Amino acid sequence: MSGAPIVAVRELVKTFAARGASLRAVDGVSFDVGQGETLGLVGESGSGKSTTGRILVGLEAATSGSIKLFDQEVSPASGKAALRAVRRRLQFVFQDPQNSLNPRMRAQDAIAEPLDVAGGLSRAARNDRVRELLEMVGLPRSCGDRFPHEFSGGQRQRIGIARALALKPEFIVCDEPVSSLDVSMQAQIVNLLLDLQERLGLSYLFIAHDLAVVRSISARVAVMYAGSIVEIAPRHELYTAPRHPYTQALLAAIPRVKSNRARAAVVTGELPSQIDTVPGCTFHPRCPFAFERCRAEKPKLREIASGHLAACHLHEVPA
Amino acid sequence: MTEQALLSVENLTVQFRGDAGWVNAVEGVDFAVGAGECLGIVGESGSGKSVSALSILKLHGRANTRYASGTIRYGGHDLLTVSQRRLRQVRGGEIAMIFQDPMSSLNPVLSIADQIMEPLRQHQGLSARAARRQAVELLEMVRISDASRRIDDYPHRLSGGMRQRVMIAIAVACRPKLLIADEPTTALDVTIQSQILELLRELQREIGMSVILITHDLGVVAEFAQRVVVMYAGRVVESAAVPALFERPVHPYTEGLIRAVPDPDADVRRLATIPGNIPDPSTSIAGCRFNPRCSEAIKSCLTEPPALVDAGAGHFARCPPRIAAGRTA
Repeated sequence: MSGAPIVAVRELVKTFAARGASLRAVDGVSFDVGQGETLGLVGESGSGKSTTGRILVGLEAATSGSIKLFDQEVSPASGKAALRAVRRRLQFVFQDPQNSLNPRMRAQDAIAEPLDVAGGLSRAARNDRVRELLEMVGLPRSCGDRFPHEFSGGQRQRIGIARALALKPEFIVCDEPVSSLDVSMQAQIVNLLLDLQERLGLSYLFIAHDLAVVRSISARVAVMYAGSIVEIAPRHELYTAPRHPYTQALLAAIPRVKSNRARAAVVTGELPSQIDTVPGCTFHPRCPFAFERCRAEKPKLREIASGHLAACHLHEVPA
Repeated sequence: MTEQALLSVENLTVQFRGDAGWVNAVEGVDFAVGAGECLGIVGESGSGKSVSALSILKLHGRANTRYASGTIRYGGHDLLTVSQRRLRQVRGGEIAMIFQDPMSSLNPVLSIADQIMEPLRQHQGLSARAARRQAVELLEMVRISDASRRIDDYPHRLSGGMRQRVMIAIAVACRPKLLIADEPTTALDVTIQSQILELLRELQREIGMSVILITHDLGVVAEFAQRVVVMYAGRVVESAAVPALFERPVHPYTEGLIRAVPDPDADVRRLATIPGNIPDPSTSIAGCRFNPRCSEAIKSCLTEPPALVDAGAGHFARCPPRIAAGRTA
């Protein structure tokens, strides 16, 4: 990562009320995203990765913690007014283009909606911009008058991306943008996101459960488990020398087309419910290396090598 | 293969009623599964992999489905023409099925006990007490801890992984000869997926059943199946033993698909793609259905529907130019 981060998140917490109890969906998450960088955020269901992304773009309010976007504090206290100032500069791409596009709205109107809301463009300039955006995402300029159902899943995701690009954002949160697509379509969308990043200097937070996809697009990768980041590192280090037992288990569990390695042991158990809080490390009930301290004390995320952080008592340098 | 096959599907064509008449969902599909074997069927959306699998037990809505051609040979009969009575014995008794989403395939208002006991009472005529005892054993067999208490829970109390375990317990209750698993791990997280695949592997060994695994995930097939059938736009385009298919794919679609899978063990930038889109089943494409997306298409590919041909050693592919060139990628 070079230069000042354009996104700086510190100690982000989000709790939801759940039948009298409180559920900690995000539990003290901190990370930065640099200019032109892609940070991959991976985790399984309930890890808090999507909630983190939704808080960043203002679709959810954080319970506590601080978020700095483009050097401007956007805390729960400063509220929506502060977010409005930076909102144009950040956008969101959703998982399911089928449900995130209005079925009764033509592609051109879906793409132009952010332009219309922002205002200030003549009819002709607006339509020119729409055609330009269609071309940028690899769709024919003339397809704007079609409805979402007339497009394939991959094409609909292109429309979702065009819509996100309408206001020339600098930072885009992509929440599982390819996970509902077929393999051959998925590769096209990943490449499109890479092309756009190169052309427009975009920064991405790329949220996904698929570690292989994340490796192909990210510069750095953060792994979340039960609301916390358990490991964060440059992609090569994370995939070749994972330090947290959960990251190791995740990587071992991917079914591989080229099975050149011996099958690793299957990690047992399931993600804890975030209502009954697990004392100590949240992963200890499933961890093959857990020892006494793991059951009592929650490990902090700390640097174990340059730019490589892990939250695990196994990697603590003795004092 | 066909001599000792437990089940063989030959020349199956299934049609659905569309707005403009009958549309071929799958056309001329052939595959067979041997005793104790695991056959993978892979393909993307609209390839016809699930349609083929549901046809084995005739699970399509009768009013809008036509089995236009083909036979499904099982136990000396054709499942497409046997009596409803015999079909009911086969369903759940000899051939069982599990689906992608365990939440929508379990009945939310019946307890786990009710749902596991149903096939036991139906097919094996067990008493309520004996069925319950066996149901607890089945839950233990699929590694649900505290089975005797869990059995009275309702599906909403269980996690996705647990629900799929329950589905598997119901499916194997009558010790079927064949289990059809339609995207059994697609809705699950990757660590839970590996637990479920491990469980299926153990049960397959224990019961000695055959498995047809339908999936879009090439990695799952590579790790789990012995033989694999690749489908594209309603047709089988290639079928081979797993190692041969992944090491030497013959059909350009298979090759492209394998390349497009992101590799978790390499720092690539930019994935290999297959240009174009998956065709809609109702659009008719002359010649090879893959020709609009194929970079090697020659004249005959645009006009002549290719046949599935043996490229050697039981490796079949529907691509005459590549087979003629002796090309195995």
